[in-house]
Parts: sequence; C-alpha cells; structure tokens
Amino acid sequence: MRNPQLNANGELTHLLSIEGLPREVITHILDTASSFLKVSHRDVKKVPLLRGKSVFNVFFENSTRTRTTFEIAAKRLSADVINLDVTRSSTAKGETLLDTVDNLVAMHADMFVVRHAASGAPHLIADHLHRLGRRDVHVVNAGDGRHAHPTQGLLDMYTIRHYKKDFNDLVVAVVGDILHSRVARSDLHALTTLGAAELRAVGPQTLLPTAIEKMGVRVCHDLRAGLRDCDVIIMLRLQNERMNGALLPSAREYFSCYGLTPAMLALAKPDAIVMHPGPMNRGVEIDSDVADGPQAVILPQVTFGIAVRMAVMGILAGN
Amino acid sequence: MPTIDLPDAEAQCSELAELIRPHLRSDTVLVGIHSGGVWVARRLCERLALNKEIGLIDVSFYRDDYSERGLHPRVKPSSIPFDVEGRPLILVDDVLYTGRTTRAAINELFDYGRPASIQLAVLADRGRRQLPICADYCPWRVALDPSQELILSTNDDGRLQWSVAENA
Repeated sequence: MRNPQLNANGELTHLLSIEGLPREVITHILDTASSFLKVSHRDVKKVPLLRGKSVFNVFFENSTRTRTTFEIAAKRLSADVINLDVTRSSTAKGETLLDTVDNLVAMHADMFVVRHAASGAPHLIADHLHRLGRRDVHVVNAGDGRHAHPTQGLLDMYTIRHYKKDFNDLVVAVVGDILHSRVARSDLHALTTLGAAELRAVGPQTLLPTAIEKMGVRVCHDLRAGLRDCDVIIMLRLQNERMNGALLPSAREYFSCYGLTPAMLALAKPDAIVMHPGPMNRGVEIDSDVADGPQAVILPQVTFGIAVRMAVMGILAGN
Repeated sequence: MPTIDLPDAEAQCSELAELIRPHLRSDTVLVGIHSGGVWVARRLCERLALNKEIGLIDVSFYRDDYSERGLHPRVKPSSIPFDVEGRPLILVDDVLYTGRTTRAAINELFDYGRPASIQLAVLADRGRRQLPICADYCPWRVALDPSQELILSTNDDGRLQWSVAENA
C-alpha cells in the first residue's frame, strides 16, 4: 500500500501523522530543526527557502496558538502566509472540504496547513491532491480530531532529545486526558519509533482509550506509580468541556488525584523534565510551582516548535 | 578525460595562508563554508595564528537549486560567533566552480549584519563560472571536465587530500 506521506523516492511529501513515519525521517526533521533554531537568533530571522511560495493556514477548528506558530515558521522561511478562518466563511455557507481545497489550489497554493475537528481530514486532502496529480502541493496536519498532531509530537521529541540526548533509557509518562488527546497519540507513536525504554499512560479509567496497552504502553491509574523514577513527564491539558460529559466529578477532584504538584514531581528522577503542550490550566492538571519551576521546559517547547515547523515545511516544499 | 596530478592539499593550505597574511587586519575573521571550507578555514586560522573563532556557514537554506533538489539531507547549523557588523570577513571554501555557493554564502552573511568587506579564499579554482564572482586568494587553478568532481576529504590521519570522481 502507498504510504500517503512519502513520495516514490521515500521522501516526506505530506506530514499527516507520526504513525508510519520511518525513524530516519523523524531524525532528519529533528536534525534540520536544530539548524533552523539558530536562524531565530539572528539579526534577520528569515531564510529565503520558501520565497515566492504560498502557505495557506486552513483552520476548520479554532486554534490561535498553533496557527500563529505555523504562521511565524512560514514567514521565517520567507513564504507568503494566508490565514483562512474557514469555520466562519466557506464551510458556514455549505462548501465541502474538497471544494474549498480546489478553490485554494486554483489560487496557486503551494502548501496547506490544516486543522480539522474530524480525524482524517488532512489525509483526505492529501489523497485528493494525489488523485489530481498535484505532487507539488503539500499538506501539513496541524491537528485532526482525536487522531494526530504530528508537529506537536515532533517538537516534543525535539525537546526531549535536547534535554536527554538519547531515547534508549528513557521512562516517559504521559499524564491526563489521553482519550481525547491527539498530542498523546502522536507522542506515543514517536517515542515508540525512537525507541524509548518505557512508556506510561497515566490517568483515570474514563480518560484512557481502551486497549491502549496494545501501543506498548503501561497503564497507571495512580499518579504516584506513574511518576516514580520517570525521566520525562508530559502533562496534557484537561479540556473543560470534558467535565460536562460525566467523565470527571470536578476539576478540584481531578487536581487532587492527577494534578502535578511539587510533592508528586519529587517521585520522578531529580533531573526529570516537565512538558505541557499548552494552554495550561494552572490548578487543574499542573500546580503553578511546577509550571514555573526549574524542571519545566514548557516555554522552550514553544521556541523549539517554531524551528520544528520550519524544518517540516522546508523539507516538504523541497520534495 | 584530462588526468591531472593532484597537489598536496595541506601544503596548499600553507600557501593560501601566506597569500592572505599580508592583507590581514587585526579584526579580520574567517568564515568557512560547510564542510570542505570549514576544514580549510580551521587550518588557515592555525597557520595564521588568529585568536578569533571562525564562523561556520551552511548555505542549504540559501541555495538556488532548492526547488529542483530539495533540502540537503544533512544541513548543519550555521554558527557565526562574532558580530558581523562592520568587520572584514574572509569567506573560505575548498573549490570555486560555478560561484553559486559563494553567492548563497554572501547572501546568508548579510542576514547576520553588514560586514565591512567580504573576500574569498579557496584552495582550488576550476573555472566555468556562472556568476560574476572571483577569488581574492587562490593557490591552484585547474581545468577539469564538467563530468568530473573535485573532492576534498580528510584521510584517516586527519590530513586533507584531493580526489577526482567521474560522474556518469
């Protein structure tokens, strides 16, 4: 079966999901990102790689933060960036997803950065472009439903590699609402591919997907057991809307069981790092003393995220 | 196909250093282009007893063949550990050929600031320029067929050596 993300030469042509990406491709993206990281420290924070290319941010679901980081990354590559808030325009008027895409292709789009509430939407677009024979137009998944958020997964891997150098001996705990989290899925796939020693999924039964053990993950319903001797802790945002779905009793009770406090963090290795994809809910999944503490690498994640997105777009547009 | 005697690259580095020496200023810094140019720049720095760190530049993000060839699979970070503004720079590469790499490197350097001047030092000039660029310092001019590739590498002892590869 054709891997929809790779071209005939095995090069990355769309980024849809970390699942199915060869280890070399992931490593190549991370290595390239480290070169881009330096660009943001220069006088002129731009390289001419995507000069003359048009990158369309097509967001069918709200996300100021992710859209902004993609916009900054594309602009630092000298691309022209067009932001479309499709939820308020075309789709609201009844246009189908692929009609929207066809219109943007007719405007000579070179790349789509897509966020959609439906899992698989970016894949559908990539498939559509393939059928049209448009190998020169690239798709980046900026988050689809509960499926994947590959650039967040990659920037998390970049962050872990930056602080821990090597994945081989790492114990990584992902804590919180894994059921609804595309970030968690992307992280777990990436960590598996990169060969992390032990992965733990920590959270209440109601927020863990069934059969997650099949991903090679150890399930812990107890935060203490989940954090013990960890090297890396990835906290997930507790989405407030989950409270209404009877999955959780209250934010306060959640914090008392699964909130990352300094006392809980002390169970992990002394040099453990704490990550969070943002936006954080202080006092719900993470205590302010941890979020602002010396082990938190949450803001470096944001900085690395720009470089990783530059690497992804730079590699895609050249293939 | 012309066959040529390949000179000793280490001796050429010394020769190149002597060409540069009379023109050195107290604030001159060297910038090597990855990877061959960096090897040469390191040797020049040593032979000229410069106490300043050299700059390293990878022109992958500035190449004009990006849309045909894509991003180089092994991009190295550029590192310019000094203020470029107002400084005389000597750009160092192993081989000067079409001039496109030099053009990309100059463009990149200007994104770090406005240098006082940029000169070009290369170990070998094989002609056939496609841009109006020439070397200020060069110990070896050599004519090669376009199908031939002139390659600088380091051997097991860490010494620089030349080789020529035939591209089909």
